[in-house]
Amino acid sequence: MQTPSTAGQAGGNRRGSCVSKSGRRMEAGKRGHVQVKAEAPLRLKLVGVSKSFPGVRANDNVHLSVRPGETHALLGENGAGKSTLVKMIYGVVAPDEGQILFDGAPVRISNPRAARRLGIGMVFQHFSLFEAMTVLENISLGLDSRLSSRELLAEFNRVLETYHLKLDPRRIVSTLSVGERQRIEIVRALLLNPRLLIMDEPTSVLTPQEVEQLFETLKRLASSGCSILYISHKLHEIVSLCDTATILRGGKVVAACDPKRETSRSMAEMMIGANLKEIAKPTARVFGPPKLEAQGLTLPKPTEFGVALRDVSLTVRAGEIFGVAGVAGNGQNELLSAMSGETLAPSAEAILLAGEAVGRMGVTERRNLGLCAVPEERHGHAAVSEFSLTDNASLTGRDRMELVRFGLIDPDKATNYAAEVIGAFTVKATGPGALASSLSGGNLQKFIMGREILQRPEALVVCQPTWGVDAGAAAAIHQAIVDLAARGSAVLVISQDLDELLTLCDSMAVINLGRLSKTLKVGEVSIEEIGLLMGGVHGDPSATIEMTEHLHAHPI
Amino acid sequence: MQVATPIASVLLTMLLGAIIFELIGFDGPHAIYETFITPIVTSYKWQDVLTKAAPLIIIALGLSLGNQAKIWNIGAEGQYIIGALAGAGVAFFLPTAPGFLIIPLMIAAGVLGGMAWAAIPAWLKTRYNVSEVLSSLMLVYVALQVLNYLIGGPWKDPNGHNFPQTPPLTPAESLPNALPGTVIPPGFVVAVVLTLVFWLLTSRSVYGFSVRTVGAAPSAARYGGFDASRTVWSTLLISGGMAGLAGILEAMSQLGQINLGFPSGYGFTAIIVSFLGRLHPVGVFLAGLILAVTYVGGQVAQTVVHVPNATAGIFQATMLFFILASDILVRYRVRIIREAPRPKAATAEASA
Amino acid sequence: MSLAFIIDALVTVVGVTTPILLAATGELVVEKSGVLNLGIEGMMLIGAVTGFAVAFNYGPDLGDWAPWVAVLGAAVAGVVSSMLFAVLALSLGSNQVATGLALTIFGIGLSSLIGAGYVGMTVPSFDSVFPDWLAGDPFWRVLFGYSPLVYFALIMVFAVGWFLNRTRAGLVLRAVGENDNSAHSIGYPVIPIRYAAIAFGGALAGIAGSYFSMVITPMWAEQMTAGRGWIALALVVFSGWRAGRLLAGAYFFGILMTLELYAKASGFSFLPSQFWAAMPYIMAVVVLAVISARGVTGSEAPACLGRPFMPNA
Repeated sequence: MQTPSTAGQAGGNRRGSCVSKSGRRMEAGKRGHVQVKAEAPLRLKLVGVSKSFPGVRANDNVHLSVRPGETHALLGENGAGKSTLVKMIYGVVAPDEGQILFDGAPVRISNPRAARRLGIGMVFQHFSLFEAMTVLENISLGLDSRLSSRELLAEFNRVLETYHLKLDPRRIVSTLSVGERQRIEIVRALLLNPRLLIMDEPTSVLTPQEVEQLFETLKRLASSGCSILYISHKLHEIVSLCDTATILRGGKVVAACDPKRETSRSMAEMMIGANLKEIAKPTARVFGPPKLEAQGLTLPKPTEFGVALRDVSLTVRAGEIFGVAGVAGNGQNELLSAMSGETLAPSAEAILLAGEAVGRMGVTERRNLGLCAVPEERHGHAAVSEFSLTDNASLTGRDRMELVRFGLIDPDKATNYAAEVIGAFTVKATGPGALASSLSGGNLQKFIMGREILQRPEALVVCQPTWGVDAGAAAAIHQAIVDLAARGSAVLVISQDLDELLTLCDSMAVINLGRLSKTLKVGEVSIEEIGLLMGGVHGDPSATIEMTEHLHAHPI
Repeated sequence: MQVATPIASVLLTMLLGAIIFELIGFDGPHAIYETFITPIVTSYKWQDVLTKAAPLIIIALGLSLGNQAKIWNIGAEGQYIIGALAGAGVAFFLPTAPGFLIIPLMIAAGVLGGMAWAAIPAWLKTRYNVSEVLSSLMLVYVALQVLNYLIGGPWKDPNGHNFPQTPPLTPAESLPNALPGTVIPPGFVVAVVLTLVFWLLTSRSVYGFSVRTVGAAPSAARYGGFDASRTVWSTLLISGGMAGLAGILEAMSQLGQINLGFPSGYGFTAIIVSFLGRLHPVGVFLAGLILAVTYVGGQVAQTVVHVPNATAGIFQATMLFFILASDILVRYRVRIIREAPRPKAATAEASA
Repeated sequence: MSLAFIIDALVTVVGVTTPILLAATGELVVEKSGVLNLGIEGMMLIGAVTGFAVAFNYGPDLGDWAPWVAVLGAAVAGVVSSMLFAVLALSLGSNQVATGLALTIFGIGLSSLIGAGYVGMTVPSFDSVFPDWLAGDPFWRVLFGYSPLVYFALIMVFAVGWFLNRTRAGLVLRAVGENDNSAHSIGYPVIPIRYAAIAFGGALAGIAGSYFSMVITPMWAEQMTAGRGWIALALVVFSGWRAGRLLAGAYFFGILMTLELYAKASGFSFLPSQFWAAMPYIMAVVVLAVISARGVTGSEAPACLGRPFMPNA
């Protein structure tokens, strides 16, 4: 089997140093033995690993090799099989076929405890933390060995020192920032003295500066001989951090390569398996009068873990697509709730819709005036999983689409409306009676977007429009947004995906800790500047780090 | 599945009951027959069954609404008591008022009394985020003490030989045991009408839709323009009102006076009715009839087969056990077609 | 108000407190693991009738051991009945509130059925733990004059408090009640832990029930626990799910219940007896409001209380 390193030596590949599984090429013209280096055995080797669930083959004949001290990226779109693969390595699920070898020896990892015993640690994307308990108690719970609290504290401090981390063992977790909480997870894993550390999408909740800090920790870890399996779909991070990358698509390995020799674009194309389409945007765009505005919108934080909005002002004109960039947890959901009417503004004038002060109006009133919204969370917020598509259509469309008479919903009208959405947005579903839970992420998102767009809103606010959505559906959604704007509506797109915003938007602002930066014209500002604005202080990296640390540690 | 499981629960209960009784030493099959079948086939028992069914159905209709919104009113028994007391209080306050005036007033007072008692958990939940399960339950026992106090003190029947009980209600203040010429109690008519009302409400109205949505996904409900607090209030007030209505109807037609035996546990049994009926108005109607059968049948079995009266409770509880156990079949269907739940802050979908 | 009166009153307080303390201690562990079991009253009654039946039927053969074996029988009965709840709520994921209520209704009916033949009979009761000269002393009996179950209850509440806060197993149990999904991802067996907690709660509830049928009045009557199971539930809430406060709260409730008894008996009309009877419940609601209002940082209710465990993996 060819490994990335030997394939590179074979030479003569069009895609840089990558070997594509779909086109196996023999090394023509290379005579004699491939030089076999006397290396230490592979830290981790997966041979022909497969796993199926009812109705879907999550992993299909996956081969993976990770050397000691190597930082190996696992790339793929959502649904490609990364999570399942890693769950098998960590013992959460068992493979149906194939073999896992650790340090050269075949192993059966029956549960996470067994994985930890081997020296495999994992930092999950969603933290397994106990909010009401202290940092030290949380770490103690994550450990298998029974250490007395004194011993644990000593070990804890040792790890903090070795990796230059900062964490107070006595703090209650509910008072910590997201970055600090992740640190607990990392310390938990490091206390194992792991030989393989798996990190699942670790940076989705960090500021750029916290990401740098994380990378430093990981580099220190790798240099001490620990291998790192790094799952992400953030191509630029992988380029800067990882030695090798394995790309999954549809459960299969489609490529293994050296990220430093690739471009983000080529890797994305390997992930998607198609050429990225350009979004058709009319070039000369004229904007009308302001349709959606926020003026000095200030709101206290809704819950203990929420973010307060401070003096947010923005203007979206008719026909304009306005983007709000930012790292997760900086007030995006609060902003959407304030715009949609789920949270009422302190004054009516804080939010204007076509000049009308709607800040004190509820969701239904705003919708009737033409303000529609799409929240981030598909399941349980934008749609109800247990309800049919017809019911989900009634959820937001019952007034604008006139489905209600004398307090009763007309079932035929509701069904027709749902069917219209399904048809117009090519939603793959068995019909309006299908349950929302039976749709794939992309199709459900298309339905939700379609449901709002067909209501012909004057202004549309969406949060994470293509979150967890396959590339085809994402492209369709982007096109729908552009078309809507072209028809004269104002669109506000809140997203953590900078590339998405840069493709779609005419103007942009960055939200950080509840504050909105000044409006930037897309095309006149660099990603680095946006990154710094996301971190908080324009132009001063060390001050940014300090301020971010401080503000995250003591949420206002 | 929705219909099969309640039926199966009843049948299984009958089977299990027969076996258990045999083991304890009673004539099992005979006891089951007397409990479940006799009340249905014996025409002079029908009025009893309908009389018992009425309050169960009325209360359970209200409870089912709240249960759909995942708002659990466990305190219906307390609201039932307070409703009856409120209605009776009106009667005592206006002892000479004519029938056509006093009856509607008493009924209205009963409904309002039940609503007022349910308003406490509603306020606690919306204002202080107190679990309505715990608060409504605690208030049942407070209501019991209020009852004990009133019938043993200020409202004690002067002619009652010092027994704790209220004076009996006058004919003007009472309802007939059955509509003239039939075996149908007036309370049952109310139950039928309310079943139809609730049916329309839950299946077609926007309000019913809002209640279901709040129960299924509170964030989606808010997004859809439905206020969760208002739903808490409305469902608790409605179920409290229904319980109060049942209470005053009972006091007016059944007993004629309120004594220590008045709290008959209908408020708790109605919870069983609500679940057995799968929270659907028609199901609740049928389930109410079934449980009424076990009440009446339990008394029959006591006289004929000599099993203690309390065994009706065993049957009712067992039916509830079965229906709760069978819930998993209904939910399992929903689970395997649902996508794995989504993570909060980042991209990867846990499926596949 | 003579000394003898005060001693009498205190002894009464301890007497009425013990069963609710036992039942509440058990329920505390259950709720700390994230489960709400409303079936306490039913389990207590099943324990009461079982203990009585064992003592009645095997008493003569067991001699001095009879009460102990009977209490053990009550505990076992409590465990078995709690398992009925556990299987439904844990393994089948049923609605915990409804299931607990069903258990109570079932327990009331079943205990009446089984107890039908025992109404009015008596059984031998416990000898007091301490020697007669101490236990019978008119003054010292306030500390030493009780049956073993009283001291057992005290030992249990201290043991449970130590277990929950000072041992690793207790930490794990609290974690399971705090965030069952996280505990599951780490690898802790959430369901078995909850089963164990429920069984423990059932055992203590059964023993608490046996206190009624074997200590307070060593005879059987239908529904003799008279709603004490619900007070125990109120007590757990009132205590803010903390063992120390549970102990204090139990005796506080005991005082209230004793006041009710005295008010009923002597008819002193300062406040009607029903007022005292209602107080534990009112206080529980008040405390609940205070705790819940304080929001997350002050909240002590286990975050997963009453929610079925649905693993995300």
